[in-house]
Amino acid sequence: MDASQYPHGDYRAPVPVLGPGHSYRSLTDKLTGIVFTKNTPIAWFAFLGVGFTLLMALFASLTYLLAKGIGIWGNNVPVGWAFDIINFVWWIGIGHAGTLISAILLLFKQDWRTSINRFAEAMTLFAVACAAVFPIFHTGRPWLAIYWLFPYPNTMTLWPNFRSPLIWDVFAVSTYGSVSALFWFVGLIPDLATFRDKAQSPFLKKLYGMLALGWRGSAFHWARYEKAYLLLAGLSTPLVLSVHTVVSFDFAVSVLPGWHATIFPPYFVAGAIYAGFAMVLTLAIPLRAMFHLQDFITMRHLENMAKVTLVTGLIVVYGYACELFFGWYSANEYERFMIKNRVYYGPYAWSYWMLLLCNFIVPQILWSKRMRRSIPVLFTVAMFVNVGMWLERFVIIVTSLHRDFVPSSWDMYYPTIWDFMTLFGTIGLFLTLMFLFVRVLPMISIFEMRTLLPEAQPKAKPEGGSH
Amino acid sequence: MAHDRKTSTPFYGLMAEFDSAQALLDAAHKVRAGGYTKADAFSPFPIHGLAEALGFRERSVAPIVLAGGIAGALAGYGLEYWTSVIAYPMNVGGRPFHSWVSFIPPAFETTILFAAFSAVIGMIALNGLPQPYHPVFNAERFSMASQDKFFLAIEASDPRFDENATRQFLASLQPREVVQLEH
Repeated sequence: MDASQYPHGDYRAPVPVLGPGHSYRSLTDKLTGIVFTKNTPIAWFAFLGVGFTLLMALFASLTYLLAKGIGIWGNNVPVGWAFDIINFVWWIGIGHAGTLISAILLLFKQDWRTSINRFAEAMTLFAVACAAVFPIFHTGRPWLAIYWLFPYPNTMTLWPNFRSPLIWDVFAVSTYGSVSALFWFVGLIPDLATFRDKAQSPFLKKLYGMLALGWRGSAFHWARYEKAYLLLAGLSTPLVLSVHTVVSFDFAVSVLPGWHATIFPPYFVAGAIYAGFAMVLTLAIPLRAMFHLQDFITMRHLENMAKVTLVTGLIVVYGYACELFFGWYSANEYERFMIKNRVYYGPYAWSYWMLLLCNFIVPQILWSKRMRRSIPVLFTVAMFVNVGMWLERFVIIVTSLHRDFVPSSWDMYYPTIWDFMTLFGTIGLFLTLMFLFVRVLPMISIFEMRTLLPEAQPKAKPEGGSH
Repeated sequence: MAHDRKTSTPFYGLMAEFDSAQALLDAAHKVRAGGYTKADAFSPFPIHGLAEALGFRERSVAPIVLAGGIAGALAGYGLEYWTSVIAYPMNVGGRPFHSWVSFIPPAFETTILFAAFSAVIGMIALNGLPQPYHPVFNAERFSMASQDKFFLAIEASDPRFDENATRQFLASLQPREVVQLEH
């Protein structure tokens, strides 16, 4: 559905993906100007300040954790996994929208992805970094975790057990982080060349120049570049689907009621994209206002993201329905107890109903076009989804664990202040990285935005050609 | 390579500047039709058909990625087999040492990992990057090639190159200007 299919004045014509009246130069100046300006918006300092403060809380809580051990967290038998894995899955899920936008929408030739892919990819990287904090520090002694996690020839001649989903997770997440970083960097190369050529200070010229690898926009280079970029998108697509599938195996391969369900892989992947789009909206709305990007991130983008959020949200709700159905249809005492405990008589039933409010009821407002086009509504819905997807993992993990097979081991889980400090601390890490990123690198892909201009698609002239 | 050219030709080549992608693409077709084989075009974004218009026929990126993917699959699966069966056989719940089903997810990830690195490293290497210096950067206005202008250069080492004739030929393509590129 490319906008050029619609002649001007067609009543069906969607909002364009790029505001009118732009040229190569105006795009370039506007998008490089965000970095090469002396007038940083006050709001940027406010966001960075909040992020940096929370980041300090992360450092404090991790320092205390290393000094005291993981006993400072609230998880204990039977709830041996709690905030550490909830937050891990939450962050990894958030990252998935970045890859979906940059890879899957590229393969589907969705031109509206162009202005949001760069910062969505950055969001992926930073979300993976936040996610990695949790399993690494849950090992208690991260400096030893290297040989627990990675297969390398160590002096003890020990090797990890490849039959465990936890080791699959290490491979999936580290591959995902590496490939996302590659994809992001490759996308940046031509824009770094623009930055090199636009920078005034010799230091910045050198710095961006080094990062741009001497890119000169040669036609031959572009041809190989586009091929490599397309192949990367093709590789990232199964990768992103595999990552949350493998994350869901951490649960689905176990025998615990509430975890042991075949619906988990697709349901986790849909949930990841759902959470990720909500986070892209959460970031895009303030960034758009802060840096006056209304011409680049138009209503079309926000509306399309709202639609993806609505659809993936419904898939997630289908997953919830399947869980209930499986519990009943299994005719298994423990499975049925788990569902009843989760939905009505368990001490954490409130979290299930909060989850349905956030992930099922509130997003239904997006069926209305008027609501989808209201920025305050979109932002509010996105916030509900952010919370809802966190609650989903809380429900799956804590509610399933706290009532396992043997009643004598039943216990409650209460997070401590350190659990919360680590969670909010990673939000600080995320905000800090994100807001530093938008000030030092192009947050919108400049060269891809140029290709959205009609004059960027010249017609080939066969006469006199080599064919 | 740059050294060879330096010794064989007095300067690197001639470069014309254009205002639009259409002008550049038309010029590229004419350059090819004029028999030039050592020409390159520079644009601030990818232009479809431009490299082909200049005679680009290479198909190397995809095979490199395929080779990387196969190497990744073999490396990942081989590592799992070697550690689980030969180096450190461990009975986990009575499962076979060679639990091939469980070995698929990590082998899949290493396939993607190796293929992705091959795509990026292969593309960068085929492009001859990182290359901090190139004669085209000597043109005063070349910094516009990453912004909003389009350039076409013909190398002096091209067999059809003749300083005056090529300069006139480039001027006939209605460029904004034609400049000489020093080594």
